[in-house]
Amino acid sequence: MRKETRISPLIETGWKRYLSIYAALCQNSIMRDMQFKVNFVLWLIVELLWFGLQITFISVIYSHTDHIGSWSRYEVIFLIGAANFIQQLFHAVFLNNITQLSEHIRTGRLDFMLLLPVNPRFLVSLRTMDLGSYVSTLAAIAVMVYAGIQLELQPGIVHFVGFAMMSVCGVMIHYSLMLILASISFWTIKAEGFAWGYYNLFNVARLPDAAFKGGFKAFFTFAIPMLLVANIPTKFFIQKLQSPMEILSLIMMAGACLLASEIMWRFAIKHYTSASS
Amino acid sequence: MIKFWNGWIKYGHVINVGIQNTLAYRMNFLFRAVFTLIPLLANILLWKTIFSDKAEGDMVGTYNLSQMVSYYLLILIVNSMTAVNEDDWQIAADIRNGVISQFLLKPMDYLAFRFSLFLANRLIYILVATIPVGLFLLWQRNYWTAPVSMEALMLSILSLSLTGLLQFLISFTMALLAFWVLEVATFIFILYAFEYIAGGHLFPLDLLPNWLETMLYWTPFPYLLSFPVLIYLGRVEGQAMWNGIIVQTVWLVIAFLTARFVWNRGIRSYTAVGG
Repeated sequence: MRKETRISPLIETGWKRYLSIYAALCQNSIMRDMQFKVNFVLWLIVELLWFGLQITFISVIYSHTDHIGSWSRYEVIFLIGAANFIQQLFHAVFLNNITQLSEHIRTGRLDFMLLLPVNPRFLVSLRTMDLGSYVSTLAAIAVMVYAGIQLELQPGIVHFVGFAMMSVCGVMIHYSLMLILASISFWTIKAEGFAWGYYNLFNVARLPDAAFKGGFKAFFTFAIPMLLVANIPTKFFIQKLQSPMEILSLIMMAGACLLASEIMWRFAIKHYTSASS
Repeated sequence: MIKFWNGWIKYGHVINVGIQNTLAYRMNFLFRAVFTLIPLLANILLWKTIFSDKAEGDMVGTYNLSQMVSYYLLILIVNSMTAVNEDDWQIAADIRNGVISQFLLKPMDYLAFRFSLFLANRLIYILVATIPVGLFLLWQRNYWTAPVSMEALMLSILSLSLTGLLQFLISFTMALLAFWVLEVATFIFILYAFEYIAGGHLFPLDLLPNWLETMLYWTPFPYLLSFPVLIYLGRVEGQAMWNGIIVQTVWLVIAFLTARFVWNRGIRSYTAVGG
């Protein structure tokens, strides 16, 4: 932690204290990112490339059909934008931290983190912030705006607020599932393994839910709720929701995932016996 | 003659050690194999939905539903057999940590050493992936198609091995960039993105406009993944197939020469910090 933060994090109490710690951590991350400017720009290019690639895929599909289930071309493009937006927010705040968990365990740095006078889950989840991913969300927003114009949407303030809140639920689902996966690394599996695994799940999140039926849909709604993460915010924004129950299911599943991750995390920490001793 | 055999024995040992090291990560491989199936299944279901809204017998490009699904199933097999998964990161790490210093002293060629490890890696991956991939194929067996002819089968196997070699050499060369840059991951991901779309991983390339498809067949990307599948399915035949195999071989030679060239330049600029 950096010493030159104006308010000493140790004096403050409660959430204010955590806010000031987080501010210091963010400042630290930005300074580190700016030391590697070329790399920073290259990562932006990588993200844009993958984003473009998904849009190409959908464009190719729509050059051979005019709908997938009930979804039209620009509805799906909006969905891809939204999925990317939520994914990038998750990257910005959480992803790097969680993929580093198994490295912390291997090197024994976790022991040190457990000794600090802060909640270990807070530190493990939020230690670094990825500025580049915040920049990448701009591309996602641009795509959503473009698709929105093509769809001739006329959103009101309620749509923006609702979309933002549901996106937060989506980020929470990504975060919780990733933490559950990472907790497994207390016992087995190297970090690259599950980070890579999770990238495969992102692929499901950006597909329209109407494309799926039966077991697959149920599994990715109620077991691994990938089909809720971006689909529900999108459907709310483009006014495609069939019933308010869909919003409720997103909120419920986000809550359930958070709870599951907390149980898993506590279990893992409780059974943690340092790597080196 | 004895020298020649000693060479083989030497790398045989490397393969052996590689297998034993890789076995430690069999869970990782299993995890990976299972997770690969998820987006694949999603894509298959996506196409099923698209086809179900079309009239009976309608095609997407030149594909009907079962041809489309069998394309994806074959891509899965080629990908499991040939894709590089950790080799490139390990090579980059070897360079960064100075491990390669010892290869400059030992009578062992780093490229051949790495290739032996790649073989060991693939062998274990294929063994581990057989269970989940096998079950998946069994489940989707209705869409399974036999090779269009015996000749096509043989040539697709030939092309498959060229694909594996090309995959390895390109990843090897990309990882060597670690001689000059701190982080090679970005470059690897950029290449991987191109391979993902231009190699035919996401969709068959003939769904693209004709001019674009033709152009892509001059790049190495289709030969990194989908070309053996197209031979197997009889989608390239006769002269076009032979031309393709020639182009694939030419890319392989170029990749090999580039790998050698980059390696030689790399060690020249290598300073073995702290070593």
